Amino acid sequence: MASGGGHWIQLLRLRDAFSEFETSYVSMFENYADEVHGCRFYTIPDASRFDKFSFVKVWIKAVIIMTKERPHAVLTTGSAPMLSFIILGRLTGARTLWIDSVANAERMSSSGRIARKLAHRTVSQWPEVAAREGVQCWGSIL
Amino acid sequence: MIFASVGSMLPFDRFVRGVDEWARDNPEKDVFIQIGGGDYEPRHAPFARMVTLADYRAKLNACDLFVAHVGMGSILQALEARKQMLLLPRDLALGEHTTDHQMHTAERFRGRQGMEIVTTIDELKAGITRLLCNPLSAGGEFSAKASPQLTAAVALFLSGGTPQNSEVRYA
Repeated sequence: MASGGGHWIQLLRLRDAFSEFETSYVSMFENYADEVHGCRFYTIPDASRFDKFSFVKVWIKAVIIMTKERPHAVLTTGSAPMLSFIILGRLTGARTLWIDSVANAERMSSSGRIARKLAHRTVSQWPEVAAREGVQCWGSIL
Repeated sequence: MIFASVGSMLPFDRFVRGVDEWARDNPEKDVFIQIGGGDYEPRHAPFARMVTLADYRAKLNACDLFVAHVGMGSILQALEARKQMLLLPRDLALGEHTTDHQMHTAERFRGRQGMEIVTTIDELKAGITRLLCNPLSAGGEFSAKASPQLTAAVALFLSGGTPQNSEVRYA
């Protein structure tokens, strides 16, 4: 799952990594469904960290999606609203992975720092940032 | 055609107004602007809040110059389409983003082939005029896929394995 824009493009660039698995996608815009033909696709509302009510709406939708899908693994390239799937994934026994956006070239995102405490694994795409933040770097979507 | 985009989420009125003013001063040129959540609506160029991803790619492929904020979605798609791009980072101090990461991204990408990064609206307007006359040579082939190391590590993680830290260096 990935928010709109760059987060989603980064997720698409990783598709080969999950081509062997049954995959469903979550993002924020309906038209993204055209990019992942043959896979189930869900949207959640856009939510900023400063709007408590939209966060509630994200959580309700996330619970519905996770109950329906019961995934074995949860993978996200951000942003903040996708933390809900990491938490729900942990609660339901899924392996959870947060890949911090390549845009975070000097320090990890604040969501990434939360994910570091919650996900099974959090990685940065920049070796220097990874070293500084105490996480791993497995490479980059570039 | 010039395709300008500030992404889909946050407003970036300073950018949109600048491109609109350029369109006013160059009425013979086609300009299309994706303005995201901004308040300022262009008066001299057609625009949309957000086009579909398919339409975005079509516009990107058709354009002579791509002008954008320093968003990864914009950069990655322009690299994949091998289009010359002119970029202006959002400024945290002006309330144009929630962090200053676009400045950091700009530093990482500065000097890359096919890409020019500017810091002011005057430079942006001058850059549009200049790059239309003297286009940057586009970068080489750019894969639409993540690095093989990252793809392999993620696949390993998903199948229950434990990937190790890689000492990847970037071009």
